[in-house]
Amino acid sequence: MAKTVEEIAEAMLNMVTDAQGIKKLKPTDLIKAMRELYGDEADKKLCKGAIKELVNSGKCVYTYFGGSFIELPHRESAAND
Amino acid sequence: MADQIPNTPKLDELEKGPWPSFVKEIKMAAKNSPMARDLLGVLELSYNEKIGHWKHGGIVGVMGYGGGVIGRYSDMPEEFPGISHFHTIRINQPSGWFYTADALRTLCDIWDKHGSGLTNMHGSTGDIVFLGCRTDALEPVFEDLTKAGFDLGGSGSDVRTPSCCCGPARCEWACYDTLALTYDLTMHYQDELHRPAFPYKFKFKMSGCPNDCVASIARADMSIIGTWRDDIQMNQDEVKKYADNGLNIQRDVAGNCPGKCMDWDGNELKIENEYCVRCMHCINVMPKALRPGKDRGACVLLGSKAPIVEGALLSSVLIPFWKPEPPYEDLKDLVETMHDLWCEEGKARERIGEFIQRVGMGNFLEEIGLEPLPEMVAHPRENPYVFYEEYYEEDDGDEGEE
Repeated sequence: MAKTVEEIAEAMLNMVTDAQGIKKLKPTDLIKAMRELYGDEADKKLCKGAIKELVNSGKCVYTYFGGSFIELPHRESAAND
Repeated sequence: MADQIPNTPKLDELEKGPWPSFVKEIKMAAKNSPMARDLLGVLELSYNEKIGHWKHGGIVGVMGYGGGVIGRYSDMPEEFPGISHFHTIRINQPSGWFYTADALRTLCDIWDKHGSGLTNMHGSTGDIVFLGCRTDALEPVFEDLTKAGFDLGGSGSDVRTPSCCCGPARCEWACYDTLALTYDLTMHYQDELHRPAFPYKFKFKMSGCPNDCVASIARADMSIIGTWRDDIQMNQDEVKKYADNGLNIQRDVAGNCPGKCMDWDGNELKIENEYCVRCMHCINVMPKALRPGKDRGACVLLGSKAPIVEGALLSSVLIPFWKPEPPYEDLKDLVETMHDLWCEEGKARERIGEFIQRVGMGNFLEEIGLEPLPEMVAHPRENPYVFYEEYYEEDDGDEGEE
């Protein structure tokens, strides 16, 4: 049975949380990981929907450092508060 | 906060001369904007020290979007507090950069209310660019822009704001409706524009004719350039008038033809259209006498980029002739196949042109399901990346062997 957007989003959030501060994950990294984990149960459209869900809910944010990444919201070290 | 315009002897040099100067414009803005005053200060400092004082990138953006805002902080916030945050906002420009005066006033009012007041019309991507925004003003700017009917453009590893020339709106050479295609692609790729999901940036640029006024062949990952496939339309009487008025047709028109397909006998101009390379030179020189053919469409090219990570690339021909007709599904299907392959196999920060160089054009074409064509090769036998394997027989290799 195909996974739901919420299930994929949760799995992605766990990946991002584990990687925070260690490795920056690109959206493609997350999608590839979900495809490996769930196979046909997680197609590309579903994975993109999960990323949209994570960002729209504020659980994750897009960041840019040479390329675009998905990370947990955090205080930016370069920011001048 | 800077209260007065700083002394800027080095920047002042840039105001001298007859050309427009960004320094003059920033000074004008500095009369009302502390951000502009501090910008002048930090620029003068950078000219003296020969180093930049900006920290680029990071987390800044508007809720839900991954593109459209380029984070920039000063590394000297105490000395220049007005520009401690100086983010850039890219706004999706209308196709062909057509505005009403009212739309421009609205944009300026929004920017005077929330930001530095400095703009760049337009950035190299084509967007309207707002320069210098504090982090806490990003959402209010976005809200006001949305109310005015504007959306953010692309930045980061996504589809960048599609851009085009003025096309049939103002140009008689346009071979297809660049404005319609640009608008359609912009709407179709909304998700890809706002939610970066690629190895690196991807740019569409549409040119109405081979003059390529938006230089799409040099700076767009996908260049869609208008062309024709029948004969150049010719009016011999007008050709004669050009000659009578002193134009040296043999030297300045036929002599400069890269296809060497023209001949002028002093009375009649002849064109061997099968050798025409659609460079537009003759049409540009004699616009009253020559016009593009009637069977018009576009050539789709792929893979150019500026020399950022590796050297510069020009686009390669992907589809020699395509009839752009709404809803352009054939093109979108092809683009989706390419995006899937590039996302799957591309490395981080690898443009699609570099990806093609790495895997080989032959392999790339095979993966996206396009047949190799002679037009995809720059010069015969110079670039042997296409192999016609189906023409080899199994015993071909044995011929002539002992």
